[in-house]
Amino acid sequence: MSSTLSETQATETGTARVKRGMAEQLKGGVIMDVVTPEQAKIAEDAGAVAVMALERVPADIRKDGGVARMSDPDMIEGIIGAVSIPVMAKSRIGHFVEAQVLQSLGVDYIDESEVLTPADEVNHSDKFAFTTPFVCGATNLGEALRRIAEGAAMIRSKGEAGTGNVVEAVRHLRQIKSGIARLRGCDNNELYAAAKELRAPYELVREVSELGRLPVVLFSAGGVATPADAALMRQLGAEGVFVGSGIFKSGDPARRAAAIVKATTFYDDPKTIADASRDLGEAMVGINCDTLPETERYANRGW
Amino acid sequence: MSDTPVIGVLALQGDVREHLVALAAAGAAARAVRRPEELAEVDGLVLPGGESTTISKLAGLFGVLEPLRARVREGLPVYGTCAGMILLADKILDPRSGQETVGGIDMIVRRNAFGRQNESFEAAVDVRGVGGGPVEGVFIRAPWVESVGAAAEVLAEHDGHVVAVRQGNALATSFHPELTGDHRVHRLFADTVRANRAAQSL
Repeated sequence: MSSTLSETQATETGTARVKRGMAEQLKGGVIMDVVTPEQAKIAEDAGAVAVMALERVPADIRKDGGVARMSDPDMIEGIIGAVSIPVMAKSRIGHFVEAQVLQSLGVDYIDESEVLTPADEVNHSDKFAFTTPFVCGATNLGEALRRIAEGAAMIRSKGEAGTGNVVEAVRHLRQIKSGIARLRGCDNNELYAAAKELRAPYELVREVSELGRLPVVLFSAGGVATPADAALMRQLGAEGVFVGSGIFKSGDPARRAAAIVKATTFYDDPKTIADASRDLGEAMVGINCDTLPETERYANRGW
Repeated sequence: MSDTPVIGVLALQGDVREHLVALAAAGAAARAVRRPEELAEVDGLVLPGGESTTISKLAGLFGVLEPLRARVREGLPVYGTCAGMILLADKILDPRSGQETVGGIDMIVRRNAFGRQNESFEAAVDVRGVGGGPVEGVFIRAPWVESVGAAAEVLAEHDGHVVAVRQGNALATSFHPELTGDHRVHRLFADTVRANRAAQSL
């Protein structure tokens, strides 16, 4: 939140309006996980609104095991240099130094992500301390509002990353939306108890009750693998989608990426979604979430 | 014909909702436009903020780019913010390969000229034709105008760079009035749309 006074005009960076406004520009779009500059270019050419630069897509993080950390700065800079669309990158939950590093590299958004191994089991990073805006995952309304209270400028459903299975993303988005609908129906007396129940600040709870939506942009993430998945999330109320492993773990990434972009724009037009779904080659194989042990569920990370 | 102009917002991607709200507040009947047949029904069109590469790609893909160019050539009032400004430029200084614009304003724009997100900022901007003091300019990875042709009128500058331009019925700003709750620039545009409708119905 720095202020510089030039001779003629004062300018202010890192304001809430600038951070949240950045996410507003991404609405209706698809943000794609990429691990190389070549993949970033494929994503940009397919019509992605932003890319998420990371070393391994979630499906590979699952397969490889071990501790997953922030990506190599060289790799992130390579991707920043390769495309003109915004570049996001992930820090571990509570690892504010990784976030400081990402800010210094000039990434456009930081994802404080449960896909990486958490660095702090109690505290998320103080996101107000940064000029770079943050997106955070949430499984329900209370969690979303706690992240916003810490300074998150954008929220995404957590889903279950790297599974190619949309069921958890649907669950989380429905939980967030039904939480909002419930607040909509509360009178002023009930909002105090609702805030207590949601474990979220009263002011934010009241704001959501009045707006009928989150005060920041809401995307979906975690398991989207097909054009129909993306359209489903938008019909359920997501303002855009993150696609992680679903694209570059599929048979024909360029085609699938373009198809998911199309279906995200025309999410309410089954004929266009049908056309986008034709002849895409193999989808990623996917994992059934009910066979996933509790310890391997990324959505349980963060609180 | 009622006095309420119908103003569309190109809804392929970007901050469409904020523009719809601002246009409604400016006295227009606002609606989202994604298809050629929807484009045919509006008296004016806003090209919102978003990713200019994505929007131009989708516009080409879904067959609205050519009809939109044709209507802008015929004098359809258009207003572009940020990415929308880029789309209204006759020329982009540093286009992505194959990146096309709608055109309509004789200007050359530089994309992300003010920098990446860390450099995004707010500043007060005096806009010619908008009374009541400066508007709050929200600049997000914003472009600026490198140069304008003789037919284009500069409406605002920031730090020595052109950030608002008008040419005929086409208006463009580097910044996002739709994010501020101050609807004066949208009212200016709605007035252009009304005047154009009145002239056409004569």
